[in-house]
Amino acid sequence: MIPASFDYSRPSSLDEALAVLGDAGEEAKVLAGGQSLLPLLRLRLAYPTTLVDVGRVAELRGIADHADHVFIGAMTTHHEVIRSPVVNEHCPLVALATATVADPAVRHRGTFGGSLAHADPAGDLPSVALALDMDLVARSSLGDRIIPAAEFFVDYLEPALEPGEILVGARVPKLGPGWGFHYEKFHRTAQAWATVGVAAAVRRSNGTVEEARVALTNMGPTPVRAVTVEAAVRGVAADRNGSLREAAEQAAEGADPPGDLHAQPDYRAHLARVLTHRALLAACAV
Amino acid sequence: MTDTMSEVGRARRRKEDARLVTGRTQWTDNIQLPGMLHVAFLRSPMAHARITRVDVSAARGRPGVVAVFGGADFAAEQGSLPCAWPVTEDVVIPDHPPMAVSEVRYVGEAVACVVATDRYKAADALDAIEIDYEPLEPVLDMTEALAEGSPTVHESGNKAFTWKFAQGDIGEAFRDAPVVIDRTFVQQRLIPSAMEPRAVVAQTDGDRFTLHSATQIPHILRVMLALTTGIPEHRLRVIAPDVGGGFGSKLQVTAEEVLCLLITRRLGRPVKWTESRSEGNLTVHHGRDQLQRISVAAERDGRIRGVKVDLLADMGAYLMLVTPGVPLLGAFMYNGIYKMDAYDFTCTGVFTTKMPTDAYRGAGRPEATYAIERAMDELAVEVGLDPMEVRRRNWIKHSEFPYTTIAGLTYDSGNYEAATDRALALFGYDKLRAEQADRRDRRDPVQLGIGISTYTEMCGLAPSRVLGSLSYGAGGWEHAEVRMLPTGTVEVVTGTSPHGQGHVTAWSQIVADALGVPFEDVSVIHGDTASSHKGMDTYGSRSLAVGGIALVQACEKVREKARQVAAHLMEASADDVEFSDGRFRVRGTTTERTIQEIALATFAAHDLPEGFEPRLDAQATFDPDNFSFPHGTHLCAVEVDTETGATTIRSYVAVDDVGKVVNPLIVEGQVHGGIAQGIAQALFEEAVYDAEGNLLTTTMADYLLPSAADLPDFVTDRTETPATTNPLGVKGAGEAGTIAATPAVVNAIVDALRPYGVRDVRMPCTPERVWRTLQNRALQNRALQNRALQNRALRNEEGASA
Ligand SMILES: Cc1cc2nc3c(=O)[nH]c(=O)nc-3n(C[C@H](O)[C@H](O)[C@H](O)COP(=O)(O)OP(=O)(O)OC[C@H]3O[C@@H](n4cnc5c(N)ncnc54)[C@H](O)[C@@H]3O)c2cc1C
Repeated sequence: MIPASFDYSRPSSLDEALAVLGDAGEEAKVLAGGQSLLPLLRLRLAYPTTLVDVGRVAELRGIADHADHVFIGAMTTHHEVIRSPVVNEHCPLVALATATVADPAVRHRGTFGGSLAHADPAGDLPSVALALDMDLVARSSLGDRIIPAAEFFVDYLEPALEPGEILVGARVPKLGPGWGFHYEKFHRTAQAWATVGVAAAVRRSNGTVEEARVALTNMGPTPVRAVTVEAAVRGVAADRNGSLREAAEQAAEGADPPGDLHAQPDYRAHLARVLTHRALLAACAV
Repeated sequence: MTDTMSEVGRARRRKEDARLVTGRTQWTDNIQLPGMLHVAFLRSPMAHARITRVDVSAARGRPGVVAVFGGADFAAEQGSLPCAWPVTEDVVIPDHPPMAVSEVRYVGEAVACVVATDRYKAADALDAIEIDYEPLEPVLDMTEALAEGSPTVHESGNKAFTWKFAQGDIGEAFRDAPVVIDRTFVQQRLIPSAMEPRAVVAQTDGDRFTLHSATQIPHILRVMLALTTGIPEHRLRVIAPDVGGGFGSKLQVTAEEVLCLLITRRLGRPVKWTESRSEGNLTVHHGRDQLQRISVAAERDGRIRGVKVDLLADMGAYLMLVTPGVPLLGAFMYNGIYKMDAYDFTCTGVFTTKMPTDAYRGAGRPEATYAIERAMDELAVEVGLDPMEVRRRNWIKHSEFPYTTIAGLTYDSGNYEAATDRALALFGYDKLRAEQADRRDRRDPVQLGIGISTYTEMCGLAPSRVLGSLSYGAGGWEHAEVRMLPTGTVEVVTGTSPHGQGHVTAWSQIVADALGVPFEDVSVIHGDTASSHKGMDTYGSRSLAVGGIALVQACEKVREKARQVAAHLMEASADDVEFSDGRFRVRGTTTERTIQEIALATFAAHDLPEGFEPRLDAQATFDPDNFSFPHGTHLCAVEVDTETGATTIRSYVAVDDVGKVVNPLIVEGQVHGGIAQGIAQALFEEAVYDAEGNLLTTTMADYLLPSAADLPDFVTDRTETPATTNPLGVKGAGEAGTIAATPAVVNAIVDALRPYGVRDVRMPCTPERVWRTLQNRALQNRALQNRALQNRALRNEEGASA
């Protein structure tokens, strides 16, 4: 890797990290697992003046089980998330989606917080954050700020973080009993980002859908909540007889899918419909 | 008893691997020399433009910068990058300056360079170079490039050459032919992606020059660089240290190699350049990129009368080392394993404003095999036969070998029946066909397809006389030297240049058998023109079939010399001395000497036969009489999700016949890697240029390579029909997998989609492309139905009014 030159610091506490970040000015960047930032540096698409490596900040790491939510620290690696009994019990959708990220090497370095802070609509976790209505916790010298997922993803690679703010982690609401989950990812190779992905959570009772949360990966400059599908699916039979497919037909509504080498917008829209149907079926376990 | 067991044929683990995979070795980029400088190249952002101004002055002032050069600085001495294969008398070989001086013709062409104290400073200073361009029209599409009024890449126009071959009466074959298949296939452009990027280190002491390069061809490179730069050959040493893969991409004389030599000559200091992956995608020569029109004339029963091929081959902007010859290597293979009465081949090489193409694993033969094997499937559908049956009716029978094909090659040996029967059994062909029928009946959204590829290829490049008749600039012999050391161990010097193939292991096995020394007692020296003065290097699956034979011959000479010494010491006649398992024994006695004892005695030279030169060492240069022709049957089953267009390979069976096998583990590795690469062309890889001529696939996020997770378990087996043209009976295994796999996969996909009216899917068969093909078919089918309904309505009306 031949990046442009930059200063590097590796603080060992969150306070120190905030201080360094504050001093370093607007062009400083937090370095987490480096799995998205380093490729940008390599291609000289980013020219940060300072990298603040938070890899040694213990406070940012770990998973905590609270009464109504699970807190996942920003520096928790993908690998740790997948292995966490707490995550698998209370918010399995996070583990399901994380398990589809890249390959073992990347999952041992890449972090939960880095994936959210990078705000890549092709990343698998932003849509999950949206579907689960996570609350993201950012800290600056002024204290903590809670940002709902619905407000966090401002634009392509643009999170609602201010300069000097560090993402501490996210509160993932426990949805309680009766919910089924699925993350349906379509990608061209095992290591590749999602061409389209669908995060679905469905609450059923007596064979009908009571409530559903559906969010889409890589269907616009930000992750997209498929609200039309969520409305259409409410109250329909949770079976293979066609009503889920019908609801899924509206998956691309309101989305603004990008066109690139892997898919043109119309194909992405088509995939969103097919994959949403599959995700709903799987989340309903039918 | 291990000492009577033959080494050849054993699945030896490769002795070189521990060193290679633990990094205790020297890749070119690891080389550090005192005072070494680093080179970074500025590359053209334009596909086609005139260079109107180059100002490097600001870059000269940047930190750490020692020198900055533009093309004009080298104009007087840089010469033209060589093309060693002028395929026709009138082939156009444009001047190809290593650094562009007045015009750029593809994105990525070097236009200036910075030499600095470290790599980062060199890269930083590139920003400060100012270049003005006057844009010219890019030339991107081969067909349009040949049309009247097209903008031109070179003043001479866009046609590089037209090369023709014909045998038999093609007009007769097609006249009133009951069946004619006429198809156009696209061989997309590929980017060879060796694991080790290219790297060059150049140094001089003012008199002698040494070039380290991650190359497949140190020997050829030395000759070519001497001719290009004017540095006399005897003062130039080329070293290929350990090299991490090439696939043909390092069978080249590159601009960077020439320029690094010129820079070191200018500055008197060592310089290094290592490409980044993106730089590599732009400027490593590309592969394939052909438009293939193939027509097959056949009888109703599926027997082929003749094949006609019309090829456009994209040369890119210039002709590099063997650019124009690549499609010709396929010219003799479009007839495949089949018998026919007429064959007609025409290839036109076309210039475009893209990176030049050149050899890439298989070089010409994968393209040929793809076209004929795809066409065989289409023929099967047309005549209503199982695709394997059509092949059976046409292929050369085992009893017919040796067989001279319509393309003029003599296939020395082969057994297509045996390989096919084995493959069908391993695959469970009939059961899969039954499942396919069931899925079709059920209109399962996931359809099953079965693809066949019964391939052959020519390797062991090559008889020098044949290469000469094809206007190639060099021969195809190979050289080996065997040195018996005083302690009885053996040093081999080979002219082949391994870059991942495991020659050190295979050569040790051959020597162990030939001289009766332990496998462990053999070492192999390669890749340095100072220690291995003679060689033709490694490409075209030639190393074992040519270099291995030179080694066998050198070993024979050593043995014969040793026999003389042994006979002398045992006071017997040489005719009475037998050799086996490393021992010379007087026939009918127990008197014996080991070859190690003979080596020591020869070294001491106290008591040698009268007039005997005191050495056992020997050299041999082997030039084959013929190519060798591996073959095999590959079968692939795919599931195609018709809702998403995604293809999943369900099973893959490969039964290859590479002749005698020296090391089954190495062959297995070559077959696995080859299949992976062939599948990659079918499903994943494509170099994409946009309408302005910018390469879009500059990273591995855009240029997709499969990993193990994307591939099925390969079921592999072998039949063994020895080559009759060399003493080892070997054929070559380096490219077979790549050649066979691509049509097997695409045939399977098309087979899965036949019920939807699909007749072809262009490669790579991405999910989107499969989906669009289905969408288009659905539209067309609906239109056809509508027309049929209208016609019926019309007829009804007519009927009513009549
Ligand atoms: C080959 C490959 C394949 C991949 N495939 C996928 C995939 O399929 N799906 C997927 O979702 N991802 C994929 N990724 C990305 C991977 O998930 C990354 O881990 C993730 O995008 C970023 O996490 P990171 O810890 O590496 O962050 P970094 O790269 O270190 O940082 C990313 C960005 O977030 C900012 N940032 C990081 N942490 C914080 C913080 N605590 N506070 C404030 N800002 C912060 C950084 O400043 C930077 O701008 C892939 C990566 C690679 C290399």
